[in-house]
Amino acid sequence: MNNSRKTQAWISLMIWVVIIAAIIAAPAVLPVFRLNLLGRYLSLAIVALGVDLIWGFTGLLSLGQGIFFALGGYCAAMYLQLNSAFEFPNGIPEFFGLYGVEKLPFFWEPFNSPIFALIAIWLIPSLVAGVLGFLVFRNRIKGVYFSILTQASLLVFFNLFNGQQKLINGTNGLKTDVTLLFGQMVGSDVVQRWFFWISAVLVIFAWLFSKWIVRDRFGNILIAIRDDEARVRFTGYNPTIFKTIIFAIAGGLAGISGALYTVQSGIVSPQFMTVPFSIEMVIWVAVGGRGTLLGAILGAVVINYAKSLVSEALPASWMFIQGGLFILVVTALPEGVLGWIQRGGIRNLLVKVGFSRNIATYPKLEIADREDMKV
Amino acid sequence: MQLIIESLFNGVAIGSVLLVAALGLAIVFGLMGVINLAHGELMMLGAYSTYVTQLLFKQIPMLKPFYDIYVIVAIGIAFIVSGVVGILLERSIIKRLYGSPLETLLATWGVSLILQQFVRSVPLAYGSGVVVALLIALSSPLLLPDDLLAGTKGKFIKAGTWFLSAIAGITTGGILSSLVSKLGRASARNVDVTAPSWMRGGIEVFGTTFPKTRLLIILITLISVVLVSIFLSKSSWGIRIRAVTQNRSMSDCLGISTETVDVLTFGIGSGLAGVAGVAVSLLGSVGPNVGGSYIVGCFMVVVLGGVGNLLGTIIASLSIGVMTDLIGAGRLLTIWPTMPSPLASTIDFFATTSMARVMIFALIVIFLQFRPAGLFPQKGRMVES
Repeated sequence: MNNSRKTQAWISLMIWVVIIAAIIAAPAVLPVFRLNLLGRYLSLAIVALGVDLIWGFTGLLSLGQGIFFALGGYCAAMYLQLNSAFEFPNGIPEFFGLYGVEKLPFFWEPFNSPIFALIAIWLIPSLVAGVLGFLVFRNRIKGVYFSILTQASLLVFFNLFNGQQKLINGTNGLKTDVTLLFGQMVGSDVVQRWFFWISAVLVIFAWLFSKWIVRDRFGNILIAIRDDEARVRFTGYNPTIFKTIIFAIAGGLAGISGALYTVQSGIVSPQFMTVPFSIEMVIWVAVGGRGTLLGAILGAVVINYAKSLVSEALPASWMFIQGGLFILVVTALPEGVLGWIQRGGIRNLLVKVGFSRNIATYPKLEIADREDMKV
Repeated sequence: MQLIIESLFNGVAIGSVLLVAALGLAIVFGLMGVINLAHGELMMLGAYSTYVTQLLFKQIPMLKPFYDIYVIVAIGIAFIVSGVVGILLERSIIKRLYGSPLETLLATWGVSLILQQFVRSVPLAYGSGVVVALLIALSSPLLLPDDLLAGTKGKFIKAGTWFLSAIAGITTGGILSSLVSKLGRASARNVDVTAPSWMRGGIEVFGTTFPKTRLLIILITLISVVLVSIFLSKSSWGIRIRAVTQNRSMSDCLGISTETVDVLTFGIGSGLAGVAGVAVSLLGSVGPNVGGSYIVGCFMVVVLGGVGNLLGTIIASLSIGVMTDLIGAGRLLTIWPTMPSPLASTIDFFATTSMARVMIFALIVIFLQFRPAGLFPQKGRMVES
């Protein structure tokens, strides 16, 4: 046990050294296009952390994280649009002119303030998540029902944003790459390089934050809810509160992630709220290893990078690969890649092919050991 | 009065598509606790089988005289196609995942992606060939005598049937692609199913016109619901399915083969998705994404109607249909034109199909605050979890 803890610590330390070295080296090595892609995927890692917190630790499979992701993106885009609106007629963003709107809708007003925008990016998504979560969890709706409801609410938000041309430019979305920030074009190389650094730093902060959340009693209760919610309730805890809080936190993380992704991809649109994208978030976590925070980050970055490489080479095959990945991970590798390694997967594999000798242990102790690490 | 009838008819028409689609989903969900995210894609397969059937009846000289009844043949074919694919899905993937519904959810999503891309990149002729091959391979163990399949010899015979069915599939694909030119090429474009002449136009009753296609869809739904309810309540396998739905382990103890029940249920549920696909193909053009636009409505029906209850599914889908029409077409405004203006503008805001969905979802969430387990919750003393 002690030994395996040590190896685990070593493994994660090594992964971290590699990650940080890669992040530091990336801007020097990669062309701006690739760097921008990497920055986007790092920001997606933040939403993956949120998914891991609610699914990997608490057992709530949300298929609607795209809502909070897009809300964060919209908050950032609205501020940027207003920030560079002075050159257009009426001093409001350009697209309003297309629909004959002359006065700024009331909910745009507060986004004139950068401080409000910075707070709104995480607060609005987490409030929406909190309210939605509370209404659902209060009734002890869980499992598959919860997943369907989140997916349905995702579609509802999609329809809501998609149809409102006059309020938020509907299906065209809000562009950010031609807006100004500190007098610089957001789409310019300099600003994009800065956003890469911000994403990298925020991923690490989000990781530390998630680590802090799951570290002690609060985290234990989350895991207990995942493993046996009825027993948690009988022990005197109210699972609703814990589920609502963690769902709101995941929503906030999704908001931050969405804002970073928006400024780096240059546009936010209702496409962020399509069903496939939200389910993809789950698969990043599933492949990386649910219940392992590092796995979520690695899953998000590696799969997305692979996706962009594969889609450039063979556009049609990505759907097959992705579909196969879903099935494979669920049936063959339920703990994900990192979980499999942490569970001694490599050693077991070596034993199976005959390269390494099985270590003699007391099977019973081994089982007890596994049980408390079970994810 | 006329307005109310028209509105009700439209609502029932919308609801009946939902009903036949949600019926299969609800049966499978009730029995196995599995939400099949590939259900929409099974509908899509049903819609494409309608298209293929139509082309066959149009272009093969032997079948040409019977063109008028191709829709009825298509219903059967769609049921078989979707049912076979559903059974394959159950046997190969879902079987391994019982007891972990969330994992099943993800796996079926993977399947739905693969099915979508399959339709895009494989010509329909060879797609039909694959279905034929699967049909032969999956049904051969039932047709061959048991003692032939036992032991080592049986393994070879099984492998042989798979080999033969693969050949049969390829041959079918080849024949179809040479006979019907449109089936030979893969295309991601949407296709259109044209209704035979007797189904076009409408029937006029009391000054209101009812489109015949809609009436046919309502009829199809009615027949499927009646057949399913007779099957579930009267036939011995139907009773077994209900027993397993109520208590799986006890049914197992009493000698019901739960494995057979699972296959049967999944086959029927998926087949109903295929029938729904026929209805969908009559309403609009058919593309690889056609299932996605209906699937969420089906989820809402299942959530609202509760698990394992046919009546709940029927009431839920019809009321969602009527509500969609009421809100989406802004009918309240036409019925009550002198409504106070703030209310009128709110209703006007929601008077599109997509905004009607927003409103209905909000209403369902509010409803669930009072009845968390749907319209007809299952009674029992179990602590659910």
